[in-house]
Amino acid sequence: MTSKRRPEHQAPPEIFYNEEEAMKYTTNSRMIEIQSEMSERAIELLNLPEGTPCLILDVGCGSGLSGECLTEHGHEWFGMDISAAMLNVAREREIDGDVVLADAGQGVSFRPGTFDGVISISALQWLCNADKKYHKPQKRLYTFFSTLYASMKNGSRAVFQIYPENPQQLELITTQSVRAGFGGGVVVDYPNSTKAKKIFLCLFCGNQTPTLPQGLGTGESSQHVKYTQERSQNSFHKRQSIKKSRDWIAEKKERRKRQGKSVRPNTKYTGRKRKTHF
Amino acid sequence: MLLSRILNMRLITHNMLTSHVKGVTNGYPLIIEATEVEEKEVDFNPEFISRMMSRIEWPALVKAMEWIGKKDCLPEEPIENCEKDNDFLQKAHHALMEIEVITGSLKCPESGRKFPISNGIPNMLLNEDEV
Repeated sequence: MTSKRRPEHQAPPEIFYNEEEAMKYTTNSRMIEIQSEMSERAIELLNLPEGTPCLILDVGCGSGLSGECLTEHGHEWFGMDISAAMLNVAREREIDGDVVLADAGQGVSFRPGTFDGVISISALQWLCNADKKYHKPQKRLYTFFSTLYASMKNGSRAVFQIYPENPQQLELITTQSVRAGFGGGVVVDYPNSTKAKKIFLCLFCGNQTPTLPQGLGTGESSQHVKYTQERSQNSFHKRQSIKKSRDWIAEKKERRKRQGKSVRPNTKYTGRKRKTHF
Repeated sequence: MLLSRILNMRLITHNMLTSHVKGVTNGYPLIIEATEVEEKEVDFNPEFISRMMSRIEWPALVKAMEWIGKKDCLPEEPIENCEKDNDFLQKAHHALMEIEVITGSLKCPESGRKFPISNGIPNMLLNEDEV
């Protein structure tokens, strides 16, 4: 699928995120809500020790929306971004972190062992594109991951929320992260929904073998096919419940819950038949 | 909670930044050539500063203060048990969090490459031949 709507296809990040685009991140409440929701989830996945102020790196911090969430949790943070316009917006918004104008593909220019954690919201997919003649996505990703690995403390985590264009792109990113020495993997929230689906790359630095956190909205072991003794009903025999019936409503609610949509809880009134009026 | 502030490069950031120009083996510490420096009061968070003490390169911080022209504010060496000494942490807090560079540049000590700071944001972008 080559969609014209993907911002990566329109222009390089330093050009795409101009003043106009940057303004959206301060005025558009929907954008702000989505961004801070994802930041909250990323911070949750970071699994930082409770109650201790940590030093976090925000890759592709933009106007500092994700940084604000970090500040709310009581952490100090540094941000890096390639778009000067976005950083100027961050400056106007009076956020509590320091930002650096830098290209992640050129490596992270921080001292080794600095950060307790790294987050990045919707930024990494930009590195998969070759915007200049001399850009090589593999090499840029590797440079980024290897320098990032060095700048993190042993035992810390890095969480990247990404919008990969296709499975190959996701594989490109994970391969380079493994090459750089990271452990970990991909956590998918709400895999059954196209809209609420969010992909988080959860990387572990150093000698640790933690289990990957579970994605939201996934049932137990959704990755594997479950063994059942039940004979599968073919479509002919599959009974579809009658529309607007109690079963139909229950099914629909269940489906929407799986997709991560807000669903009213079941009560005794759910799907109850109304009185016949005359 | 910290007070909101206009974003500028603090010395804590300088303490963590290194030069990543190709071929440079020791790009630390970056030499500060500041033309505009500001001091602002920030809420003191002793827990954070004491946690940071193990990660701060003290000689680099002393040098940074020297380059800015405020050498006297800071002792040459961190004292013993500095994580618990409130006076010492106050001083470290002042140096790390309250002194901001608005314009100037950071110079790589090895290659001499200058990274300009404008509007309080250091520009660490490299050119094609420096990657």
